[in-house]
Amino acid sequence: MANLSLFLGCVIPNRYPGIEKSTKLCLEKLGVDCVDLEGASCCPAPGVLRSFDKATWLALAGRNIALSEELDRDLLTICNGCYGSLADANYEVKEDEQLKKDVNSHLEKIGRSIKGDHEVRHITEFLHRDIGPEKIRDIVINPLELRVAVHYGCHLLKPSKGRVGSSFERPVFFDELVEATGAKSVEYSDKMECCGAGGGVRSALPDEALALTGHKLSMIESAEVDCIVNACPFCHMQLDVGQVDLNEKTGTSHNIPVLHYTQLLGLALGFSVEGLGIDLNAVVNTDFLMKVLSE
Amino acid sequence: MSLRNEPNLISLMEGTGSDILKCMHCGVCSGSCPSGRHTSLNIRRLLKKARNDAGVLSDDSLWMCTTCYNCQERCPRGIGIVDAIFEMRALAVREGIIYPEHRKVGELLLEHGHAVPIDEENMAKREALGLAPLPPTVHSFPEGLEEVKKLMASCRFDELMSEK
Repeated sequence: MANLSLFLGCVIPNRYPGIEKSTKLCLEKLGVDCVDLEGASCCPAPGVLRSFDKATWLALAGRNIALSEELDRDLLTICNGCYGSLADANYEVKEDEQLKKDVNSHLEKIGRSIKGDHEVRHITEFLHRDIGPEKIRDIVINPLELRVAVHYGCHLLKPSKGRVGSSFERPVFFDELVEATGAKSVEYSDKMECCGAGGGVRSALPDEALALTGHKLSMIESAEVDCIVNACPFCHMQLDVGQVDLNEKTGTSHNIPVLHYTQLLGLALGFSVEGLGIDLNAVVNTDFLMKVLSE
Repeated sequence: MSLRNEPNLISLMEGTGSDILKCMHCGVCSGSCPSGRHTSLNIRRLLKKARNDAGVLSDDSLWMCTTCYNCQERCPRGIGIVDAIFEMRALAVREGIIYPEHRKVGELLLEHGHAVPIDEENMAKREALGLAPLPPTVHSFPEGLEEVKKLMASCRFDELMSEK
């Protein structure tokens, strides 16, 4: 099994630390060799900072990858955005010698270099390929009787160039991981559509972002699920805080709990709602909490 | 040089691998676009405009793309549509065409090494979870933050984010 370094990024440690905690609890329970990637920065954010300047984006991504290479470990992300930036940057550097030289001309000023000799992993891809749903099912002590809307998010699967994942149109690996906890992954319309946050849309054009979020939430609501499960803290934030914003701005009454996969898995492994930080969301749905506590 | 007077935007986008001249305007990109269903973004029209009008750089819809990549994945001619969006945005930013909120994101990165830095409320949440108040990122490693700042200076990102 791969030795890993845990890349936290920005939104997880600085806005949803429950996801950081639940990731560490789950990896420890699974016996995965994973250490903190100390001194890492913003990935940097693929949609917005990649939009501003590719050289800066590559240099900072290159430093984060170089830190993990120095530990002789593959880099593990728990965010689609971080995965998008770091996996894409790693791929581009591996494919293009000149680009690698350009990145290293910046990195040499801080005494580092990127070699491109390690992989960038995403927690769902790692859990599915290296652990497997069956092994997860074997160690679940609290099978969850929940109806779940799985939200893959865009950058987990796309751009597909250089990625090891399955079809971006009809992927199943995330659904299989969710069902390994005992939960049911419920089909819903426009499942593969965007949460609305990416590309700097949430930061500069919040109303446009919410229009996409509102549509996605309405489709999820029609499927009568207990919660949404995602693999990205930025989607998590948009789907969670977005519900409160939509309720205030448009008079809707959304109240759907939002969980990162590691929080769902944490529940199935017997950890508490508070220990996993599920109660720290903007949306706190007491019916859901009662249901989870009674299981 | 002002890009708005530049007759051929395509020449400035060379090297992106996006080759938008190959577009046959089938509309698969627009039909696949989750943003276009809810906003004024028409990705096909935007690409068409980019062929000969540098005014595309100040087109509001340029920033409505969430970079979900549906258009790029489904394009029957394999055009790097999102890659082209990135390049157009970068050219716009170099022209000083940037939303104040986006400039703010850049400033946060320059100051903290994070686009979303820690605050008091979240330090308290971390401690309640049994985590250190500051995560083991550049927030806890000042020498790491110095490295990040050196890299951004090396790429002249600080100049790019300053008011023009």
